[in-house]
Amino acid sequence: MPIEIPKDKWPGSVREITLGASATEGGTRTRKVTVGGEKTLPFMHFEGETPNRPVIALEIRDHRPDDWSPLLIETWKEVVDDPAEWAKAAEDSGVDLIQLTLSLTDPDGNPTTPDAAVKAVKAVLQASGLPLIVFGPGQAEVDNALLVPVAEATKGEKLVLGICEDKNYRTIVATAMANGHMVDARCPMDVNLSKQLNILISDMGLPPDRIIMDPTTGALGYGIEYGYSVMERLRMAALQGDTMTQFPMLVTPGFEAWKAKESKVGEGVPESWGDWLERAINWETLTAVALLESGADIIVLRHPESVKRVRAAIDELMAVPQVA
Amino acid sequence: MALSGIQIYKLLPQTNCKECGFPTCLAFAMKLAAKQVELSACPYVSDESKAKLAESAAPPIRLVTLKSNGYEVKAGNEVVLFRHEKTFYNKPGLFVRVDATSAVEEINALVAPADAYVTNYVGIDLKLDGFAVDASGSGGAVTPEKFAAAVSAVREVSHMPLVLISRDPAIVAAGLRAVDGEHPLIYAADAENWEAMAALAKQHQAALVVTAGTLDELAELTEKVKAKGVEDLVLDPSARDLSGSLILSTQIRRLALKKNFKALGYPLIAFPKTPAAAAQAIAKYAGFVVLDGFAPELAYPLLVLRQNIYTDPQKPIQVQPGLYEINNPSPSDPVLVTTNFSITYFSVANEVESSGLPAWLLVTDAEGMSVLTAWAAGKFDSERIAKAVKTFGVPEKTSRKQVVLPGHVAVLSGELEGELPGWEIRVGPREAVDIPKFMKQAL
Repeated sequence: MPIEIPKDKWPGSVREITLGASATEGGTRTRKVTVGGEKTLPFMHFEGETPNRPVIALEIRDHRPDDWSPLLIETWKEVVDDPAEWAKAAEDSGVDLIQLTLSLTDPDGNPTTPDAAVKAVKAVLQASGLPLIVFGPGQAEVDNALLVPVAEATKGEKLVLGICEDKNYRTIVATAMANGHMVDARCPMDVNLSKQLNILISDMGLPPDRIIMDPTTGALGYGIEYGYSVMERLRMAALQGDTMTQFPMLVTPGFEAWKAKESKVGEGVPESWGDWLERAINWETLTAVALLESGADIIVLRHPESVKRVRAAIDELMAVPQVA
Repeated sequence: MALSGIQIYKLLPQTNCKECGFPTCLAFAMKLAAKQVELSACPYVSDESKAKLAESAAPPIRLVTLKSNGYEVKAGNEVVLFRHEKTFYNKPGLFVRVDATSAVEEINALVAPADAYVTNYVGIDLKLDGFAVDASGSGGAVTPEKFAAAVSAVREVSHMPLVLISRDPAIVAAGLRAVDGEHPLIYAADAENWEAMAALAKQHQAALVVTAGTLDELAELTEKVKAKGVEDLVLDPSARDLSGSLILSTQIRRLALKKNFKALGYPLIAFPKTPAAAAQAIAKYAGFVVLDGFAPELAYPLLVLRQNIYTDPQKPIQVQPGLYEINNPSPSDPVLVTTNFSITYFSVANEVESSGLPAWLLVTDAEGMSVLTAWAAGKFDSERIAKAVKTFGVPEKTSRKQVVLPGHVAVLSGELEGELPGWEIRVGPREAVDIPKFMKQAL
């Protein structure tokens, strides 16, 4: 007698969301990215549809970052001095979209001005037709001061604006609504806080197909298990029909993994850590793969080799096996 | 899966004889279901019912233990599909594949460093678990003698548990004889060789991997092998790609846990070919993982991932309260205060470390809570901080007479000045990420 495989029957599904707007839609994007739409847990092709593959974004900066691992700077070389060139190089590395983080200060140490922020974003939009995610420096007031003019200057592009958190969501959501953009709703690794922020954002009137949920994560060794489990729980809640968790999830394993000493530093570390570059790539890749399998829809990375390996993993995971 | 009270009742004599101490068989069944009494309290239960009840009480995924001289690797006994539902218990054993066609010197050169490998993470020493001697290596056919020699070569430099890989019973038998008295794992019994492999496993008290192309065939084969008296089984559902192995591993785990399907209620073995596949095997249900080679730059992240995934979510790891030295501080370097919640500690320590500046990190006992949570719960107040300053010898080890509080608890600085007369209380940034800048500019 053949074995009957237990299948979960999920009443809900993740919302399908498209990033970026083409010329006919009021933007200038030559490529768009659609994420979400899952009707089952990650890659369980035998019981439900996963209509869209998870996508990879590459993180770039508005100018040369002064706190990045030398391994990253060596890889990207001089393009780190020019966001437009960096965006082109990112596109060449095979990513699906670009995530530009605006720095807190300019190369001279003065606060980044709204004009400079707009200029950097526009340069990236001109250099690459990929959809774009723009993050402020991550301080609520500064993010507001930079992201509002950016949103206005790029009206209709359907950018993802972040970081949209409990401290500044009103401003970010308002400008996203006024200018046809989306938001990256971030909460610190907590199912209920994520849900609450999504409710607050929805109550302001932002349509649900413009919300990306960012549950935050920790790198391998630095709290990944918390992010991993929060994502599994959020995805189950979504599939069980909780509409305020039915958003695609974005996570930033590149940022987290390259903050870790294991990736950042090559000297004065234990011998048992092995080769620096390969270890760093593993740190980023393993963090990303674990999060893919717990429900990530958008993975933001930093190193081109990690992009290659995570892309290969996504290819394999999206293949519907014969056995299923 | 445990039986319900009604299901148990049907297996009892239903005579209400009261000899068990309960008024009715149903009442006794209910107590049994709640695991509050032992079945032995019933003098009249049939042997058949006893067997059924014992089976229902057995763990849904059998615990399989490999042993060698002084070492043990356990897999199985898992009870959930998702770690947040309870926890994962037995960390998958990480084995390094050894090509049996290699020369003895090559085997020594591979095995010795992997055997000695140890790396420290959060104060815990992490190690690999054993070796998998593979007769299907690149160097052509292996004779039983060559295989036994390879096994002995591994044993010359390592005492860790072994997996013996060959589909040829004669080769496996030679390997088993070379490690007589141990409990290794044989890979593998298939539709062709299972009788001979089962006999070997039984004779040598080895665990046995069963492999087949479909779950139906796999279940059929485990039943046949079990009927021959081998119970310590491990499953290889044969898929090698990420998608296929994720799906099959999940289906097997679901069948075992949700359906109590005994024929697949065994731990899994995985043979990942990429770091991504190894990560998946660790997170998604493998009990034994055979790595193609040994490289510290992969072993370290995999060991850390395993540690993270198998952390009990109900007991978040805490760090030991104390005065930590970062970047070799001298007595005149600054003292930063934080709590002993693992993530808080690692975020702060990591940022201080990456600043490149020497500092002392005073980790207070906040019962494993983060700064804000602990403050709200009264576990991180001026009294506790002052106590930590004294307990951990801050006045003796440092000379600055200054402590830096996390920005989130700036409100404590007045009180803390009262607790530590003559000390300067500084307020640092709220988020760990801003610490390097603060240290460079303000300290």
